Amino acid sequence: MAETIQTDIAIVGGGLVGMAMALTMARAHAQSGLSVCLLDAGDPAARANIEADGRASAITATAVNMLKALQVWPRLADHAQPMREIKVTDSQTSARGRPVFLHFDEAVSRAASAHMIENRFIYDALWQAIGETGTVTLHTGHSIETADWGEAAARLVLDDGRNVSAALVIGADGRASPLRASAGIETVGWSYGQHGIVTSVAHEKPHNGIAEEHFLPAGPFAILPLPGNRSSLVWTEREEFARDLVGGDDATFQAELERRFGERLGRIAIDGPRMSYPLGMQLSKAFIAPRLALIGDAAHVVHPIAGLGFNLGLRDVAVLADTVANEARLGLDIGSTAGLSRYQAARRFDTLTTALTSDGLNRLFSNDNAALRMVRDFGLALVDRAGPLKGFFMDQAAGRNTPLPAIMRGDGV
Amino acid sequence: MSKPAPAQSSIIDSEVEKFSALAAQWWDPDGKFHTLHKFNPVRLGYIRERASAHFNIAPDAAKPFSDLRVLDIGCGGGLLCEPMTRLGADVVGADASERNIGTARAHADALGLAIDYRATTAEELAAAGEEFDIVLNMEVVEHVADVSAFIGSCAAMVRPGGLMFVATLNRTLKSFALAIVGAEYVLGWLPRGTHNWEQFVTPGELSRALRDAGLDVQDTSGVRYNPLADAWQRTGDTGVNYLMLGARPAQH
Repeated sequence: MAETIQTDIAIVGGGLVGMAMALTMARAHAQSGLSVCLLDAGDPAARANIEADGRASAITATAVNMLKALQVWPRLADHAQPMREIKVTDSQTSARGRPVFLHFDEAVSRAASAHMIENRFIYDALWQAIGETGTVTLHTGHSIETADWGEAAARLVLDDGRNVSAALVIGADGRASPLRASAGIETVGWSYGQHGIVTSVAHEKPHNGIAEEHFLPAGPFAILPLPGNRSSLVWTEREEFARDLVGGDDATFQAELERRFGERLGRIAIDGPRMSYPLGMQLSKAFIAPRLALIGDAAHVVHPIAGLGFNLGLRDVAVLADTVANEARLGLDIGSTAGLSRYQAARRFDTLTTALTSDGLNRLFSNDNAALRMVRDFGLALVDRAGPLKGFFMDQAAGRNTPLPAIMRGDGV
Repeated sequence: MSKPAPAQSSIIDSEVEKFSALAAQWWDPDGKFHTLHKFNPVRLGYIRERASAHFNIAPDAAKPFSDLRVLDIGCGGGLLCEPMTRLGADVVGADASERNIGTARAHADALGLAIDYRATTAEELAAAGEEFDIVLNMEVVEHVADVSAFIGSCAAMVRPGGLMFVATLNRTLKSFALAIVGAEYVLGWLPRGTHNWEQFVTPGELSRALRDAGLDVQDTSGVRYNPLADAWQRTGDTGVNYLMLGARPAQH
């Protein structure tokens, strides 16, 4: 008879969001008494490497509160670059001087709206913290062959024949989420036919904490400040061109980059691997099923234009942890849809709003039609002159516009 | 097990049959008992908070009730017995309906929860001399024929220093409008005929019955449905659903 691992919660997927979920449940362990397993087909520790994930994330003010409550912020503070200003321009690639139409700064937002941190440092901080809690059981290097959604418990069968029996399975298994498919949950969405090219650059002059978002004809081109004279790039291109660039020679890549980068930061040098990710929008039709809750990309993939993907994932973690802790506190079945429906109700609206806002922005800006360009330039200039409206956008980017679970208000787990 | 016909039982046969017919659907959160599933958090929150304060239990304990013996009278499919067991209590679940007990037992077995389910009545348990730290008497008194006799039997099983929680429906015009017309006929939350308004019990009648049975009434709290939050919440208004807490004085 194959070994059966009994656990209250099985988290599947050790990406950023899955790790954050595991750590949050571990921090709440003393009060909830719930046992937590983290399962991953690969090695989550290996992700803390620029060659594995060269991206950086914008961590909003509320997400910083959460990372402080989880006691991982001290490990990240030295790697975090506050974004003091966001400059948005809209121009043709060849335009030399780019008029700034939107200019967000701390005076408008009351506090730095977000910090940029490279993903490799976030993986490392979360992974170290999970190890130190001693309350998360790790089962890595084994994939899940089948999932059975039973009345009394979910059963996951691993490729080595072992079974995991859990009251609740949390699917953090990414945009293709095999768990979501196994539970029969469908998705809606579309591809943009665009890829996001990601790399890091070192530059001659300091960025002074200024992020730049240029809306170029092929799509947004963002320069996001990292500590020191470095920046992270998110560069949108049509799919084939992005593939050619990433797979091509260094000189061509550098030349194409310089055409778009502008001259504000002086001379530039590529300082990280070049990767490209397909861009698309995908929303799961349901975030829950009996004994299953989906978080992160398994629930929603949004366009990275506003840098909100990881923050949405952290909000999933905060709300789901809150829901599960409340159910456990009352002795209720944490895998029942009676309680999980509160998670779904709290997250679906926020997710849809974010997804549609990001999608709308991208559609508006990924078009070189002259008339459309005039309309959006006029609109951006208006927004720039209207203080309250800018405050709203800045708050939206900082994640301050939706009611927050305790952990994101800085009230602890 | 041969069961003596309860001579002065307060149970009405037609009431028992009504719930037996629904037993299989007890555990579907979207089924016929969805209202009870929605109602569960507010009553469990009240029980946890009040019992922890009364028995000096740390509010953050993972298993707060681990030293307590609990009776859930009229336990139905076990919607309260399972949470109380997870919170550490040693639980006896009693219901007059064999089918409810069968449903509850099968469900608890599947989840690996050890609960002592018995198809019996409060009168029989009291006659057998059973005693508990906490007696849960939730959404039952509005279905019994003789409220004071029933409360007397339940209260007799509360140990000195122990608690009895009662949840029921007030007999007001508002409760007729909301609990009968609204919940059963307009919204369809409950099957028609679930409740009989004439059997609803006022807080005055209930507190008198508790005092007559030797318990001190420590609290009365209203409960109402908040449609915006889609959740039941505590309120000062006892006009429809309410909770009452009785305590048997400790012996000196």
